[in-house]
Amino acid sequence: MINFSYTVFIVLIPLIFFVLLGFFGNKFKPLVSGIIGTSGLFISFLLSCYTAYQYFFVVPKIAGAFPKLIAYNTVWLRFTDTLHIDLGVLLDPISVMMLIVITTVSFMVHLYSIGYMKGEKGYERFFSFLSLFTFSMLGLVIATNIFQMYIFWELVGVSSYLLIGFYYEKDSAVAASKKAFIVTRFADLGFLIGILILSITTKTFDFISLTDPKGPALQQGSSILFLGLSTMTWSMIFVFMGGAGKSAMFPLHIWLPDAMEGPTPVSALIHAATMVVAGVYLVARMFPIFVISAPAALTVVAYVGAFTSLFAAVIACTQYDIKRVLAYSTMSQIGYMMLALGVSGYGGHEGLGYMASMFHLFTHAFFKALLFLCAGAIIHAVHTNYMTEMGGLRKHLPITHLTFLIACFAIAGIPPFAGFFSKDEILAAAFENNKLLWAVEYAVAGITAFYMFRLYYRIFWGKEQHYSHPPHEAPLVMTIPLMLLAVGAILAGLVPFQNLVTSDSLPFENHIELGIAIPSILIALLGIGIATIFYRKETNLPQKITRTLGSFYTAAYHKFYFDELYLFITKKILFDRVSTPVAWFDRHIVDGMMNGVSYVTNSVSGRIKGFQSGQLQQYAWVFVSGAIALALAFIYLWTL
Amino acid sequence: MDNLTLFIIIPLLTIFGILFCRDHKQVKIVSAIGMSLQLINAGILITMFLLQRAAGNTDMMLFVKDVVWYPSLNIHYFVGVDGISVAMIGLTSIVIFAGIFASWEVKDLSKEFFISLIFLSSGVFGFFISLDLFTLFLFYEVAVIPMYLLIGIWGTGPRHYSAMKLTLMLMGGSALILVGLLGLYFHSNPSGGPLTFSIPAISLVHIPPDVQRFFFPFLFVGFGVLGALFPFHTWSPDGHASAPTAVSMLHAGVLMKLGGYGCFRVAVFLLPDAAHQLAWIFIILTTISVIYGAFGAIWQKDLKYINAYSSVSHCGLVLFAILMFNKTAMNGAILQMISHGIMTALFFALIGMIYGRTHTRYINEMGGLMKVMPFLAVCYVIAGLASLGLPGFSGFVAEMTIFVGAFQHNDVFHRVVTVIAVSSIVVTAVYILRVVGMLLLGRIKNDHYLEITDAKWYEKLSTGVLIFSITAIGLAPLWLSELINNGLGPIIDRLLVVAH
Repeated sequence: MINFSYTVFIVLIPLIFFVLLGFFGNKFKPLVSGIIGTSGLFISFLLSCYTAYQYFFVVPKIAGAFPKLIAYNTVWLRFTDTLHIDLGVLLDPISVMMLIVITTVSFMVHLYSIGYMKGEKGYERFFSFLSLFTFSMLGLVIATNIFQMYIFWELVGVSSYLLIGFYYEKDSAVAASKKAFIVTRFADLGFLIGILILSITTKTFDFISLTDPKGPALQQGSSILFLGLSTMTWSMIFVFMGGAGKSAMFPLHIWLPDAMEGPTPVSALIHAATMVVAGVYLVARMFPIFVISAPAALTVVAYVGAFTSLFAAVIACTQYDIKRVLAYSTMSQIGYMMLALGVSGYGGHEGLGYMASMFHLFTHAFFKALLFLCAGAIIHAVHTNYMTEMGGLRKHLPITHLTFLIACFAIAGIPPFAGFFSKDEILAAAFENNKLLWAVEYAVAGITAFYMFRLYYRIFWGKEQHYSHPPHEAPLVMTIPLMLLAVGAILAGLVPFQNLVTSDSLPFENHIELGIAIPSILIALLGIGIATIFYRKETNLPQKITRTLGSFYTAAYHKFYFDELYLFITKKILFDRVSTPVAWFDRHIVDGMMNGVSYVTNSVSGRIKGFQSGQLQQYAWVFVSGAIALALAFIYLWTL
Repeated sequence: MDNLTLFIIIPLLTIFGILFCRDHKQVKIVSAIGMSLQLINAGILITMFLLQRAAGNTDMMLFVKDVVWYPSLNIHYFVGVDGISVAMIGLTSIVIFAGIFASWEVKDLSKEFFISLIFLSSGVFGFFISLDLFTLFLFYEVAVIPMYLLIGIWGTGPRHYSAMKLTLMLMGGSALILVGLLGLYFHSNPSGGPLTFSIPAISLVHIPPDVQRFFFPFLFVGFGVLGALFPFHTWSPDGHASAPTAVSMLHAGVLMKLGGYGCFRVAVFLLPDAAHQLAWIFIILTTISVIYGAFGAIWQKDLKYINAYSSVSHCGLVLFAILMFNKTAMNGAILQMISHGIMTALFFALIGMIYGRTHTRYINEMGGLMKVMPFLAVCYVIAGLASLGLPGFSGFVAEMTIFVGAFQHNDVFHRVVTVIAVSSIVVTAVYILRVVGMLLLGRIKNDHYLEITDAKWYEKLSTGVLIFSITAIGLAPLWLSELINNGLGPIIDRLLVVAH
């Protein structure tokens, strides 16, 4: 048996570098701290690659399946004899795949940031937070139990908070970071409640026993009912709520577009490639429970995913801030992954959706990170986020242009780029299980191609704008990651996922189905075609279309007014109608009662203090009259 | 000299030393030395305790010393510790140590200030080691009374009103406690013979349930006043707002824990039948505390008020967990006491340091402090994150233990109140991030703040010790949790016997 205990260092190295840069970062020159952080990540990256090689190709399979290995485990906190939080490393196909995704993208982003963040204040702070994030995210994917996952889940949340609010003197960044944290925290409340329900129904937090076919979670099936649904279903719905918050699923999506206030490399790493797919990963991790014990919850996953992908794609067509377009596109693509899980079954070809979801997660990480890093290079060159202020950049930014185009083809699903393969599997899985959801996703594929090429043409083609200084290509340290990721965006689709990452860890036969693939290529080409007609040269067609769409366009442009709705709930209801009355009640009623007691005591003592006047005549008068009164009373009682 | 009595002797010797000091500087040095010794002593105690347990000593109480003090009423000086009291002593010594350095700049009547402060701490130490109800009550009063002077003389704002309010409400609580203690005393020997105040002795006696039901509310509410039990918490915002920094630290950090500890060690442990029967009333009240305190904090603008309401919420969780009567939740209650104690001491220390620089506590008058005082600002963010229960800090450990423990009950009532209490984690995040955003981030609102200097060495020491403690517990909670579990055993057994 191969000893995998070194995998602990994949996680620990970023932590060590976080502490190092956090404490001593200001002692170094900025560039040095950037290089230190990046080299740390490089070691993690190499170790991850080695782990993946060992795991997929060297470790002997058990009955043809990839084993679940506990590389390291230690009890961190004990609640009861059976319930305890462990910290450890679990290696199985999805966690190993995630190690690769995270360390690759994180390494690229680190490298890129050396150039991108040059001259920014807080350079070492940026790198230490990036290391913190990478540590948390790695800890999340290798979790051996759901509580460990929750711990790192919270930590990625806080790293995201710190990085979105990196420009802390900008009010919009502060507001966005706060919003992101609170919305995801609200979702985490659901996650925690889900864990609590699991703790009483299954008496274990351990992933291996939770997903074991003979374990308590699956054996119990959907037998114990509560309010019409089984407790396992409730638990999984709550757990999914946590996942939906992190993965920006409708209606908990509102934080993600605002999160673009963070530096662009952060958007690439956290809000495109890694953290936002944590929700997908969570559902995948609990997948056997969803399929066997909580099918109703899985249906929720499918519909939420499908709706989000459509909803976000529509909004993406109307936005002008290039990062926001990409943010909505991310939501839409994660919707795809959720949907794929939602329509999947368990085992063999039934589990096609599961495999497709993981596959899409993998390919999406490359091309979406690439898109964001390109956006960063563009913003770097022209100092604006708005596509209305861009145009004709293809001559000035040749490398960025080419890599961006590759990523656009990949996300649009044009073969042989990576996105084609994974999206095709998703559509195939949807087609087999639910025609309605397939139709939605089919339409979304077209919309995706349209808005991505709208973005592409408006940035790189169209009329050249007047720039304050001529835009120039980014330095090599930024373009190298672009090129490497572009290679990934081309080749990632060739990885044989059906042999490596499947629902039951057993490989299965799978081929591209032309009946699904050809129509989906056609609709993508249609989307690209429309975008070309609209935006390649400046025309007034788009204005005409928006005018005919009228209020629907306005609503989409305002993101269907969800921000306003949330503002109404938090500000008008929670703050004005709950918190303010509570504060008033406390000061005036509760405290008023206490003050009332003291007032009564005071005033009563004021009344009776007259008795202690010190005047002898008064005492004598009271004494004599009291004595007479008593005497009369006794006489009266006596004679009775 | 036994180790436990040292905890009372060291403060008294320090006070004696301060009396001979000639100036402010000497006072500070003597206090710092005294409290450092106290911290070392606590470290020794914890080590010795763990060694004894490792050596297989399974007595309920260790280092017991029993001296007859007032024979005709059978009052003893009876001290001893279990895992819980050891942990609380550790907490107290950390907080008082940090408190001394946080009040490094007190110049007016510094001699009297430090004497009162240290005298107060000796009361707290005495309370935690006492096993005799009378001695316990005596130390309790010793801890509460100097508060009046400390707030009334060295406080800010409407300090006379606040000092009076705080003292009177706590005295009201003491009156209830005294009734309860006498009730226990007079039923401590049903078979006739000498009555006793000894906690271990009373715990072996079975007091008739109707008597228990009568006295339980006295004790629980009496101690609960100090533990900020709704609706008897209103002394806390006013009192904290007016109190000087170190007093707020000590009060919120340690004194409020006397309430929780008393509820636990006296009310629940000695009156288990009544505790079982009446728990639901207090569970409802504490659940209200948890949510109500959190919502109350959202609205406030004064940093100290925000933290005071936050303490109502967090201490509500302590009492809530105590009433859950299972090992996990009660363990969480003790962890929460320790965690909240250190965390809130850190908050109040930082608020004092910020106030000393900006001369205001209103968050809407400040902003962008991160830029001018990065050290203190980062500490504040850490305190905030710890307070909202971020993993890696002690708050997470405590809250999760409570929630998981409380949720293990098999009935809907307990589970529903647990879910309500759990939802406080969101509200907490709201008010913490609101403060962080308004106070530390954004642009600087006032040009005078540009001249502010960052933390001095003693401030760094004070906050550093506290941050180190919450992080150490947060990263490696197992040993503390096991230490507490060790003490919980007999208490839980007794509660379970009653339950069946």
